[in-house]
Amino acid sequence: MSDCHSTIRFCVNGEDRAVQVPPMRRLLDVLREDLHLTGTKEGCGEGECGSCSVRMNGELVNSCLVPVLQAEGAEIQTVEGLAASGALHPLQQAFLECGGAQCGICTPGMLMAATQLLTINPHPNMAEIREGLAGNLCRCTGFKRIFDSVIAAAAVSQDHSTEQAAHAR
Amino acid sequence: MRGNPDAHAMVAPGTLRAVLELLADAPGEWTPIAGGTELMVAHAAGRLASAKLVSLWGIPELRFIHSDADKISIGAGATFRDLRAHAGIAEHLPLMGKAGSWIGSIANQSRATVGGNLVNGSPAADSSPAFLVYDAEIELVSVRGSRRIPYSDFHTGYKRNAMAPDELLFAVHMPLRFARHRQYLRKVGTRRAMAISKVALAATAIVDVGNVSEIRLAAASLAAFPARLYKTEAALLGRPIDARTIEAAREAMLAEAKPIDDIRSTAEYRRRVGVNLLEEFLLELRSEVG
Repeated sequence: MSDCHSTIRFCVNGEDRAVQVPPMRRLLDVLREDLHLTGTKEGCGEGECGSCSVRMNGELVNSCLVPVLQAEGAEIQTVEGLAASGALHPLQQAFLECGGAQCGICTPGMLMAATQLLTINPHPNMAEIREGLAGNLCRCTGFKRIFDSVIAAAAVSQDHSTEQAAHAR
Repeated sequence: MRGNPDAHAMVAPGTLRAVLELLADAPGEWTPIAGGTELMVAHAAGRLASAKLVSLWGIPELRFIHSDADKISIGAGATFRDLRAHAGIAEHLPLMGKAGSWIGSIANQSRATVGGNLVNGSPAADSSPAFLVYDAEIELVSVRGSRRIPYSDFHTGYKRNAMAPDELLFAVHMPLRFARHRQYLRKVGTRRAMAISKVALAATAIVDVGNVSEIRLAAASLAAFPARLYKTEAALLGRPIDARTIEAAREAMLAEAKPIDDIRSTAEYRRRVGVNLLEEFLLELRSEVG
């Protein structure tokens, strides 16, 4: 039924992309199978586990629940976009150092949810971290080390901004 | 993933007018889809029956929250993140923000829309009890024009509502006259995030010179659709909140609630916990009155 296919254009990790797919194809499948961005994982496939979390137009979404037609013209950020400059993102570094990742399936979604959280709230308290990551399930870590990783990453960016402020003076 | 994307046509006309014309040309043929947090789950499970979907996502005329001195109007396309971020709603309609925080997780709240939650009509819908005790009014639109009905008349049966096939939910209008009311909303579920409620109760009430002069009670998961508890309200109206009134209200609610057994809970549990929530609210109300 290729006559049902639409050309859908959006921007992924700063790069313009176009795909010819059925409009109801899940954004998750377009990212993984059409664009070969396999960092984004499928867990439950029904919006419960958060492993497919990506950022779309600055909002956190479950890519398994986004029909790709609704991503037309959108800015998408996936886990591959975090270390775009070549250096690990502070959250990725913190997850490494604090043991925030074990089997790794939830990790890309956790990183995107944590990125979203720190973007809107650079210094979250524990309750805010728990709420920000409440839609992302991890069956390995018991969550404590993931929360520690977010706290560590928030502290790094605080040091960084303090340093910058010091330089500016 | 058991659904087949090739089995569904989908269009995104981009304007409200174009969507309404599509619905008018073939009433009942097109299924509106907003943030997809319900329909895409059905799609994944291979039980999305609709062959033709029309996207409401990104239609600016539907995504708004307007407030003035005596009301707040919430566009059907406003997400629960929009609702939670709105200062006027937080100030005047605090139960709405609380209900919004229960919707799935942040990722669900950034896609799930107010209109979607109401039109989907789940008996367990998180936002419904709060809308009911705030006297929300629903505005429906079609190419024929627009009309308003009380939200309490919107649901007509399990997953059935008062909309005609060519109509779309446009907005929910909320009167701002609850500043004096004692307000209550509590959900009981398995965990704070992501859990669908076993039972939820909302209330707004005023006690004047010792007697209940205004009371609205609404529940989720105690009937086939979210609904006011009019008989229980009647057992409270005009009465002082004493042990006898509380007992009468408990009895009235036990008789009025019509919950079911399902995967999340039992009818018996829902009835008992629902009544305990009512008592919790009434005791709060009494302690406030002194």
